Amino acid sequence: MKRPVKPGRLRQMLTRRTILLAGLQAGIIGTLGVQMRRIAVEQNQSFRLLAEENRVNIRLIPPVRGLVFDRLGKPLAYNEPNYKIDMVREQSGDPETVLRRLATIIPISEEDITSALQEMSKRRGFVPVTVAEDLDWEHIAAVSANAPALPGITPELGHYRIYPQADDFAHILGFVGPVSDYDLSQTDDDDPLLLIPRFQIGKNGIERRIEKPLRGKSGVKRIEVNSIGRVMRVLGREESQPGANVQLTIDNRLQRYTMERLGKESAAAVVMDVRNGDIVAMASAPSFDPNKFVRGISTTDWNALNTDIYKPMLNKAVTGTYPPGSTFKMVTALAALKGGFVKPDDKVYCGGFLELHNRRFHCWRRGGHGKVNLHDSLKESCDVYYYEISQEVGIENISAMAKELGIGVEHELELPAVREGLAPTKDWKKRRRDADWVIGDTLNASIGQGFVLASPMQLAVMTARIASGTKISPRLVNAIDNRPHPVKGREPLDIDPAHLNAVRKGMYGVVNERGGTAGGSRIRKEGWDMAGKTGTSQVRFITKEERARGVIRNSDLPWERRDHALFVAYAPADNPRFSISVVVEHGGGGSAVAAPIARDIMLEALELSEDMDYRSLPTDVRAGRERPDDKA
Amino acid sequence: MSYLEQNIRTIPTGLSKVLYFNWPLALLLTAVACTGFLMLYSVSGGDIERWAQPQIIRFALGMGVMIFMAFIPINFWREISAFAYIFGIALLVAVPYIGETRGGAQRWIDLKFMTLQPSELMKVAVVMVLALYYDWLDERRVSRPFWVALPILLILLPTFLVLGQPDLGTALLIMAGGAIVMFIAGVSFWYFGIAILSIVLLVTGVFASKDTEYQMLKDYQYKRIETFLDPSSDPLGSGYHITQSKIALGSGGLTGRGFMQGTQQRLNFLPEKHTDFIFTTLGEEFGFVGGIVLLALYGLILIFCYVSALSNRDRFGSLVTIGVGTTFFFYFAVNMSMVMGLAPVVGVPLPLVSYGGSAMMVLLIAFGLVQSAHVHRPR
Repeated sequence: MKRPVKPGRLRQMLTRRTILLAGLQAGIIGTLGVQMRRIAVEQNQSFRLLAEENRVNIRLIPPVRGLVFDRLGKPLAYNEPNYKIDMVREQSGDPETVLRRLATIIPISEEDITSALQEMSKRRGFVPVTVAEDLDWEHIAAVSANAPALPGITPELGHYRIYPQADDFAHILGFVGPVSDYDLSQTDDDDPLLLIPRFQIGKNGIERRIEKPLRGKSGVKRIEVNSIGRVMRVLGREESQPGANVQLTIDNRLQRYTMERLGKESAAAVVMDVRNGDIVAMASAPSFDPNKFVRGISTTDWNALNTDIYKPMLNKAVTGTYPPGSTFKMVTALAALKGGFVKPDDKVYCGGFLELHNRRFHCWRRGGHGKVNLHDSLKESCDVYYYEISQEVGIENISAMAKELGIGVEHELELPAVREGLAPTKDWKKRRRDADWVIGDTLNASIGQGFVLASPMQLAVMTARIASGTKISPRLVNAIDNRPHPVKGREPLDIDPAHLNAVRKGMYGVVNERGGTAGGSRIRKEGWDMAGKTGTSQVRFITKEERARGVIRNSDLPWERRDHALFVAYAPADNPRFSISVVVEHGGGGSAVAAPIARDIMLEALELSEDMDYRSLPTDVRAGRERPDDKA
Repeated sequence: MSYLEQNIRTIPTGLSKVLYFNWPLALLLTAVACTGFLMLYSVSGGDIERWAQPQIIRFALGMGVMIFMAFIPINFWREISAFAYIFGIALLVAVPYIGETRGGAQRWIDLKFMTLQPSELMKVAVVMVLALYYDWLDERRVSRPFWVALPILLILLPTFLVLGQPDLGTALLIMAGGAIVMFIAGVSFWYFGIAILSIVLLVTGVFASKDTEYQMLKDYQYKRIETFLDPSSDPLGSGYHITQSKIALGSGGLTGRGFMQGTQQRLNFLPEKHTDFIFTTLGEEFGFVGGIVLLALYGLILIFCYVSALSNRDRFGSLVTIGVGTTFFFYFAVNMSMVMGLAPVVGVPLPLVSYGGSAMMVLLIAFGLVQSAHVHRPR
C-alpha cells in the first residue's frame, strides 16, 4: 500500500501554526510571570501583612492531661472539670456594673471583683479574663440563663488536676502548676502549649519526669482574626490528643498503710518486690497535700512547708541520703568473702574497741562481744569484727561490692532528684576532698559510717539483690499507655551463692535468733519469717572526752543531733518476695525504732501480696475528656 | 518504496539510539521533577518518607518507562494508537463499576502498586489517535466537514465520559489537547471560530440552566466558578483556597522566605498543599525568582518539543510531539492560573511537581512518545 506523500502545503501550515501556537503560549507564560510578579513583588507588603499579622491565626487546643493509676487500677491523678466565668471587657460596656450584677447570681467576693477589674484594665479589651472559677453547674446554668443581662460574660470549662490520695502520693506524683518563666528558661521544649498563660505542667515527681507523655499533643483551631487580633470566626480545627495514661508499680493500699505507719516521724520507707524490682510502696514523711499546689498554695501554707525542719517537700526515699550504718555490714562481709580474706567460720575477738595508730574505734557494745564469727557479727552487729577484716579487704573492694549491690550508683527512676549515694574510693577522696585516704576512713566505711551514703531506695535495692541473688533494678512505672516498661537486672550477681547464703543466714539470725539485734520485731507467722539488719548511724562525732564522761543518751540530745534509725529486711526468708528499708531520721536506735515499723509494713505487704497483680486500667474514670470549646 | 524504507538507513538502530535521545528534554524534565521533590520535602516539614520518597521512586520508574519507549520505533506507537484510544475508552466506561470513589468522584482504578486515572491516560490517547488520523487523512480532505466531524466525535466521546465522572478540569484538557492537534494538522480557521462561538453559547446556557431541572453542572462546580468571579463572596468555602494560596504566594516576595522557611503551608491552611497547590509553597519559599525559574523550565521544555517537532518530517511524530507539548502546557498554565487567582479551581496538578503517581506516569509515557518520535525521525 502506498501512503500519500504530503510534503507540501500541510507541512508549511504545520510549521506556521506551530509557531503561532508557540507564540500564544509564550504570551500566556508571560502573563503568568507578570501575575506572579504582581502578587509576589508588588502586592508583597499587603500579603505579607495578611500572612503575618495573623489574618488567619491559629489557636492551640490544649490536650487533656493523661491520668496516673496504681497497679490495681486505682486513679491517683485525674482531671476534674472546672466551671469558670470569663469576661471580655469591651463586650461588657461597663464592667463594674456587670460584675455587681453577676455577684447577685454567683458567689464572688469584693476582693475578686477588684482583682478582676484590675486584671482587665491591664489587658487589652478583647482578652478574656477569668473572674470566677470552681463553680457549680447550677451557677453556670444561672449565668447562662441571665446571659442577656450580663454582656461580655461567658461560662467556660477548664480542668483541675485532682490527687484523690492527697498526702500519700505527694512525693511520687508531684503536682502540676502553671508554667513559669523560670520553667521556660530551664527547658529546651519548644511545645507552643508552654506559651499559653497559666498552662499546667508537671512541677515535681512523676508529673514532672513523665511530663511529655502525660501532656499529650495540642490541637489547632484555625480562626480568622481582624487586624487587632479579635476572633472573627473559626475556620477549622484539628483535635488535640489526650496525654498518655501512666500505671505505677505502687499498691495504693500499702502506700497508705506505710504513710500511716511512719506517722509523725521524719522518715522514709521503700518496699520493693525482689522478683521484678517493682516498688510497691515508697513513702516519705511528713508529706503535704499536692492539691493545694494545683489551685495555688497560700503563703501561710507555703511558709509552713518551707520552714518545717522535717522537710515535708523532700522525697527522702530517693533524695535523702544517709550513712547506712550497720545495714552496710552485709556489703563489707560480702566483699571480704569474695576476696577470700575471711571465711564464714573465722573468728575475731571483740573487746569493745580496736586500737589503731593511737586511735580507738569503738564497738557499740562497750564491753565487747568476745569471739565472733561472720554469723555472730551480723546477728549482734559487732563493729570490731568489721574494723578488723576491713583492713585487709581494703576500701576499693568494699566500694566495688557496694556498687554491685546498688549503692553509690545511679538508678533510673521516673522521679526528679534521684541521688546516687556514695561508695567512696581513694581516688574519690583525692579528687573531691583533696586528701589522702587513711586507714581510719576504711574502718569507718566498713560499718557504714564516714563517707558512705545511701538513699532508702538504694538500701531496699541492696536488700533485694542480696535476697534474690540478681542485679534487680527498681521500677516505678509499669506502663505508659499500655506500653510496658521492661524489668531490668534479671542476671545473677557476680557473687558466689555460698557467700550470699552465709550473709542471709546472719540476717535471719538478726531477727529470729537469741541475741539478734532485732529479735523484738520477729514475724511469728509460719513461712513469713523475716531476715533483716538493723542500723544506727551517728550524725555526730563522739570525742574521747565525751566518751570518758559517758556517752550522752540519744533522748537527751536535740533532735537534729540524734542518731538515724535504720532497718533493712526481706521476707519470707526462704522464698523472698519483698525487701524493705526504713530510715527514721534522728529516730534513735535501729532495733527499737526502725525495725518495728519495718515489721508492720512487711506484714501488711505479705498480707496484701495475694491480691497485688496488675489490673487493667478502668475506662470510666473522669478524665475530663470533654473540651471547653465544644460547649461554647 | 515506502516512505519508511526510504529513510531506514538514516535512522539509528540498537543501543546507539541512546546517542540520539533528546537529552536536553530529559534533563529539563528531571530538573522540574527535582524542584517537586524539594517542595514535597518542605511541605511535609522535613519528612522525606511522606511524599518526597514515593515521588522520587515513581519518577525513576517513569523515566525508565520513557527511555524504554524511546527505543521502540515510532512506527510501533503509530500502529497501536487506535488500540490505545479504544482501551482508554473501555477503561473510562468501566471506571464507574470497578473504580474507587474519592471526594465524590469516580476517577481511580486501583492497580495495587499505584492508582490509575483512566482520564489521565485518555489525554495521551486522544492526541495519539488524532495524530494517527491526520497522518492517514488525505491532504485535500482535511477541512471537509465530514472529515472534520469525525475527529470532533473522537474528542467529544471521552470528554463527555470524563465530564460524567465528574472531572471538569480533565475534560477541558482533553478537549483542548484534541483541538490543538486539529489546529496544527491544518483544519480551517473557520471551524475554530465556530467552535469558540458555540462554547460561549454553551457556557451561557450552562449558567442559564442553573437551579432549573436541566442543570448541567454539579453545584460545587457552579460555586467554584462563581467564587472565581468573586472570591470574597465565600471566603471560607470555595474562595478560601484562592485567598489562602494568594496569601502564601504573596508573602514570598522577590526571593522568598528561604527553603523550609514557609509558614503558611505548614499551618495546613490548604488541604491540597502537596498536590494542586504546591506552587504556593514554591512561591512562599523561593519567591518571585523561584516561580519564574520554574516557569522558564516549563517554557524550555515546550521549546525543545516544538523544535523537535518542526525538524521531524514524519507527520505522526510531529503531531504527537506538539500535542504532548501542548497538553503539558495546559497542565501548568491552568494550574498556575488557578493558584494565582486567574482561573477557577478546577483540580489540575502542576506537572511533574505535584504529588501523585497517575499524572506523572502518564506525562512520562507521553514524553516517551516524544522521545521515540525524536530518535526515529526521518533525517
